[in-house]
Amino acid sequence: MLRIGLFVVTVIGALVAAAPLIAIAGSNPLSAYRALLQGSLGSRRGLAETLIAATPLLTCGLAVAVSFQGGLFNIGVEGQLVIGGLIAGAIGAEVSLPAGIHVVVAILGAALGGALWALVPALLKAFRGVHEVITTIMLNYVAFSVSTYLVSPGGPLVSKTQPSATEKVKATAHLARIWQPTRLHLGVVVAIGLCAACWFFLYRTTAGYRLRMVGANPTAAQFNGINVRGVVVRTMCLSGALAGCAGAIEVLGLHGRYFDSFSPGYGFDSIAVALLGMMNPLGVAAAAAFFGMLRAGSVLLQAKAKVSKDMVTVISGLVVAFVAARVVLERRLESSASRRDRRRRDG
Amino acid sequence: MADVFSINLVVSGIYLSMPLILAAFGGLLSERSGVINMALEGEMLFGAFSAVAFTWWLGSPWLGLLAALMTGALIGAIHAWLSVTLRANQIVAATAINLIASGLTAALIETVWGKPGVSPSVRKFGIVHIPLAGHLPFLGRIVERLTVLDWAGLLLAPIVWIVLFRTSFGLRLRSCGEGPEAAASVGVAVISVRYRAVILSGMLAAAGGAYLSLAQVGVFQRNITGGRGYLALAAMIFGKWRPVPVLGACLLFGLADAFQFRAQVAGVNLPHDLLLALPYLVALVALATFVGRASAPAAIGKHFIKD
Repeated sequence: MLRIGLFVVTVIGALVAAAPLIAIAGSNPLSAYRALLQGSLGSRRGLAETLIAATPLLTCGLAVAVSFQGGLFNIGVEGQLVIGGLIAGAIGAEVSLPAGIHVVVAILGAALGGALWALVPALLKAFRGVHEVITTIMLNYVAFSVSTYLVSPGGPLVSKTQPSATEKVKATAHLARIWQPTRLHLGVVVAIGLCAACWFFLYRTTAGYRLRMVGANPTAAQFNGINVRGVVVRTMCLSGALAGCAGAIEVLGLHGRYFDSFSPGYGFDSIAVALLGMMNPLGVAAAAAFFGMLRAGSVLLQAKAKVSKDMVTVISGLVVAFVAARVVLERRLESSASRRDRRRRDG
Repeated sequence: MADVFSINLVVSGIYLSMPLILAAFGGLLSERSGVINMALEGEMLFGAFSAVAFTWWLGSPWLGLLAALMTGALIGAIHAWLSVTLRANQIVAATAINLIASGLTAALIETVWGKPGVSPSVRKFGIVHIPLAGHLPFLGRIVERLTVLDWAGLLLAPIVWIVLFRTSFGLRLRSCGEGPEAAASVGVAVISVRYRAVILSGMLAAAGGAYLSLAQVGVFQRNITGGRGYLALAAMIFGKWRPVPVLGACLLFGLADAFQFRAQVAGVNLPHDLLLALPYLVALVALATFVGRASAPAAIGKHFIKD
């Protein structure tokens, strides 16, 4: 109950704080929010677009949340997502496999690619003590330039007909559309499945418990015989694998081919998603729905209220700022709770 | 290939390392006082934007630079409030600043100049002419091509070194980063020192951003920093939080960037998109070979609670 309250307070706080910034950028905040709401929930198409945007946000949010629960801050989700999308696009277009198997292989390949992309920061963190925030960000830029190169003119994966993209993914590797005539695809089901799996893994398995223990207190974990370095490496790779899946879902479900810069920054928004969702898979799902609304509504926001789409990133940033500042509120609540306990004990 | 390694490489290496130097020294001040500064990227972006916007409005790059410094101080103050006063998770607070900077500066391009993506050109900083410098062998050809900001950046390393290691403010600042409780017990106002360090840090990072927009290109474009704030942070870590090695690390990353540009111009047979990753790869390799974790300030990232 308290958590739901904090979630709502954070969202409202960020939206209120964004209002003067929207005004500075030259628009009316109220009509901006009306356009956001109308664009995201006001029609069948809007609702579908909200779910479509929430799908990668949920998957990437899980990637960030898993890393955070293990005491790591994976800011490289955007790069891992791009690598995942690229691999899924390549497997989908270049490999021939029976329907059903093809799509699974493409997603698994993407997950593997994301995990390998996260392996370098994981090893540097575990064995060199280099902060993963720096290394994952460096690898983001490497991922951007490698992926741009591969589909640049004359690049090894570029399509013959479409610049800055791979060939179309074969029908056997498609994630089917599930709500005609909208673009909603099976990816949303995959994302919800991953969400449930993450919840089960974190709270109902020994490995998940170990992961959270390392995140909460690595020294204590070490003294309890947990191989902290091993957990660090596995956590980071799991996080990268989830991000890779998100890329695959976008490519196989929505775009049908890998496009250069297909992600409008889902990997970065997902940091806000995970923080707002308090690193719990269920919270992350709720937060992904909220940010999905923002993304879906941003189209109408730009068209109708003349507010730049970039303001959505500002709102993400404000959510993160409120999460950061929320510790004060949490501290107050904690201290008042402990005061009450003491009074009860004494009285 | 011979064209790649030339005096031009050194000069453009200095140009390209300058934003890194300014930001990395900002980061150094903040982290030496015990506050992790992942917000360099966002502070650079805000600095780059306000430098161009105010130069556009007021017609003088000097006023643009001043505006950038003031913006940097404001963002630094917000950053300090979140991470020192509220004792928020410092990385989360910095991520918030970076996200807001990236979105807001991009959105404001359209508000200020009426079209998205990139600002029109503004007056840039000119080259400072030093009499007779051109006659010096080798160095002269570098010296005669430096702007005011280049000189400021190059002088920053000795200045920061003197401030940190030869002034009482520097001693207090470092004591806050190594042992805030001990520092407080001998009368150092830890919170105030950390505030000043983080605000100065924001100003230096903003100056780095202003350098990118005002000395190098003369326009602001969305996400003009392209991760240079993080590169600066990598340089600071690679330089083990010490001024001279940090300067060296920045010059190394700048040279890698310059090599990438020169190689394109000279037509080296490597795809341009791949070469773009070179400075980041150099930084990764540098961090991978970085030895020992004991060089970070002892109390970095640790909150100080005043009794």
